[in-house]
Amino acid sequence: MNYSQVEIWLIIALMAIGTFAIRFSFLGLIGSKRMVPVIERMLRFTPVAVLPGMVAPLVLWPTDSADGVTLLHLAATGAAVGTAYLTRKVIWGMLAGLGVFFAPVVFALL
Amino acid sequence: MRSTERSAFATGVVDVLPFIVMVVPFATLFGVVAIEAGLSLAQTLSFSILVIAGASQFAALQLMLDNAAIGFILAAALAVNLRMAMYSAALAPHLGAAPLLQRAFIGYLNFDHSYVLAVAKYEDQPDMPLRSRVAYFFGVSLTIAPLWCLFTYIGAEIGVWIPANWEVSFVLPLAFLSTVAPMLKSPAHVATAGVSIVLALALADLPSGSGLLIAALCAMITGVLVETLLERKA
Repeated sequence: MNYSQVEIWLIIALMAIGTFAIRFSFLGLIGSKRMVPVIERMLRFTPVAVLPGMVAPLVLWPTDSADGVTLLHLAATGAAVGTAYLTRKVIWGMLAGLGVFFAPVVFALL
Repeated sequence: MRSTERSAFATGVVDVLPFIVMVVPFATLFGVVAIEAGLSLAQTLSFSILVIAGASQFAALQLMLDNAAIGFILAAALAVNLRMAMYSAALAPHLGAAPLLQRAFIGYLNFDHSYVLAVAKYEDQPDMPLRSRVAYFFGVSLTIAPLWCLFTYIGAEIGVWIPANWEVSFVLPLAFLSTVAPMLKSPAHVATAGVSIVLALALADLPSGSGLLIAALCAMITGVLVETLLERKA
């Protein structure tokens, strides 16, 4: 990470303001008016549109790994996605992914 | 607070208890990863207290690790939060009549869990009085928010002790993918995720996060198009 302290605080402050503006928007300024349907439709897809694209490079080119992507990275990814999809619960996916990824660390400690 | 409001507040607290299982590890993780990434304790806590939006906090952190331009960090992280405009629109008919200051607090505490539980409750009990609705919302959100901040702090304290070769940063993609996978409810959602992944990888060489924005925008349009087409067919 390569930011000055001022820049980091600026990022936090602007994210706080921006996030509040988004959350308050309809509650505060527009009252009980409805949103334009097409926009509402697009907004429903934002998490699914942003997050997979954001993590795909991290999975294929992990930042902190000395050997690039390994079988362990892929297995943990598969476990997280598969479990979360089948159980429809975020927490089980996370635990499955973490369990696979940190299994070697845990075994080394034992 | 009158007794009906007190009981609405208490119902909110009880209803949100199962969600704590999810908030605690996620908050702890944010604390750990933020410290490992190089943020100070004060910065890590400020993130959780001021922004209180897990996915976008992780997103910002990830892009900071990539040294993305500040404008792109804000654009991508706030894009992750755009769904909350929808929450705001859904809550407005139920809570829009509350005083401005209360609505401002509701806005600040309007996140996934509080929105999901509150809207379900209001639809289930349409004749709930306004003050009870507000009390219920605060019962839910004021239980979760302090835990989010507390466990960020605990995570930050733990993070100092974790060795770098454990690759803690890989927890980020795992957490995000676990969040997204249950959302893949329809072919439109799957198509959206697919376009997002393919374009993000193809455009990964574009400077400081701009590839992701293009990918996300195309993916959203894909989602709406596929959904519209499938509806016409049906």
